Amino acid sequence: MIEFNNVSHYFSSKNGELQVLDNLSFSVPKNGFSAIVGPSGCGKSTVTKLIAGLMKPRKGSIILNGEAVQSPRSNIGMAFQNPVLLEWRNILKNVMLPLEIVHNKLSNEEKVDRARELLALVGLSEYENSRPSELSGGMRQRASLCRSLIHRPEVLILDEPFGALDAFTREDLWLTMNRLREKESFTCLIITHDIRESIFLADEVVVLSGRPATNQFSIKTEKESNDNLDQLYTPHASELLNILREQIGIARRKEMADK
Amino acid sequence: MRRIAVPILTIILFLLFWEWLVWFNDWPNYKMASPSDLGPAFWKYKTLFFSFGWDTLWRTVAGLLISIVVGVALGMVMGFSKLLQEGLYPLLIGFNAIPKATIVPILSLIFIGQHDFNTVLIAFLISFFPIAVSVSIGLSTLEPEYRDILRALGASKLKIFWKIALPKTLPEFFGALKVAVTLAFIGTNLMEIVSPHGRGLGALFDSGKTNSDYPLMFAVLIALAVLGIVLYYCVVVLERIFAGWADQLSR
Repeated sequence: MIEFNNVSHYFSSKNGELQVLDNLSFSVPKNGFSAIVGPSGCGKSTVTKLIAGLMKPRKGSIILNGEAVQSPRSNIGMAFQNPVLLEWRNILKNVMLPLEIVHNKLSNEEKVDRARELLALVGLSEYENSRPSELSGGMRQRASLCRSLIHRPEVLILDEPFGALDAFTREDLWLTMNRLREKESFTCLIITHDIRESIFLADEVVVLSGRPATNQFSIKTEKESNDNLDQLYTPHASELLNILREQIGIARRKEMADK
Repeated sequence: MRRIAVPILTIILFLLFWEWLVWFNDWPNYKMASPSDLGPAFWKYKTLFFSFGWDTLWRTVAGLLISIVVGVALGMVMGFSKLLQEGLYPLLIGFNAIPKATIVPILSLIFIGQHDFNTVLIAFLISFFPIAVSVSIGLSTLEPEYRDILRALGASKLKIFWKIALPKTLPEFFGALKVAVTLAFIGTNLMEIVSPHGRGLGALFDSGKTNSDYPLMFAVLIALAVLGIVLYYCVVVLERIFAGWADQLSR
């Protein structure tokens, strides 16, 4: 479970303090999947850094499974738009990287089995000995997802993970993501620019206002199934899409007005 | 076949032209050597070639090893701390701007008679700069996400350095090492030539010069070329082993 309680955060810049987050509150239930959408530059990535404990909020608190986040912790998995695979390792070794950091009692064989299990789930079994440079962008991102889940984190943070992929590959990865969600158990927060992505993947979508970002609007997606793309073309999905686009429009106009 | 035959043929043609030039002009050995003089020169001084060649080799390698230690340390310091980078960079650039040939007489006078020491010292001084710069640039341009994936798991700075920053910098490091090995070799020879009563191939070259013994001087040049090529390819082999993955990236 992820809880943001009245979090405010500032960056120091040349022109003094810049407020990024303003009294932001939201929560993701255990094993839930929420999406955060909002105008670009509104502080979405700051949210991920705060959850990961890479930054401390100025005000308010962030609670993961009942414990306040003070510093980085090993029960978290992260994936970014840039898959940042290590070019000198093969895919299997790349996926196993977190197990070299996080304290665990797994034998080497168990580690390899775990990595292979995930690679099979995302369809990369044949590529475990390949170097990242031999893989396409979508495949690299799949490997990056495996790496973020290898140590069975309770919380998964995805920061625009599919933003740099072409539309078809992206849809493929949405299905992969849902397959992972079925087999693995984690609470997930995805930051995205893509409203369709947020509707397809998440149970709840939170719209952030322009900077300083606060929780402007949130809506439950209430989907029936997760395993095909048709659900994006139902009347229900169109309605969600329109509501969210309208909300993001409001957020952007507010930001323009503030400037 | 063609890859081997063409270069060998070119070399043979070059040597024939050289031989012809000396024969045509009727230059005596105190004016110019011809390729056919080189064999006898090597044979005549063969013990000196081996012992002095060894001197030149180990001094170059010793200087280079110190360069690697100091260069990597400086690079790490500058790569990790913006403040120290701002402080040290201008100093290093200023130092690097001085033609090292001018430092040779200074060192040979300060440490007069200590041939091994001042030769290794100049080999080091001339070659650490590219290593320091490449390591510092490699570290400071590391994308923050690379750090974040480990930092978010609570990895220590040292662990991030060993697992990510260091291997990621290796291609740049070896690029610099190829430059550094050539520079260190130049440094060693400069000092050996300038130091009075020195040892090493540079000293042998100098004695050839003093006696107008052109066959000896050219024989030394050939020996230096061979040694330089061997040193360079040693670095290339190490690069293939430790940073071969970067080769595939550029393809």
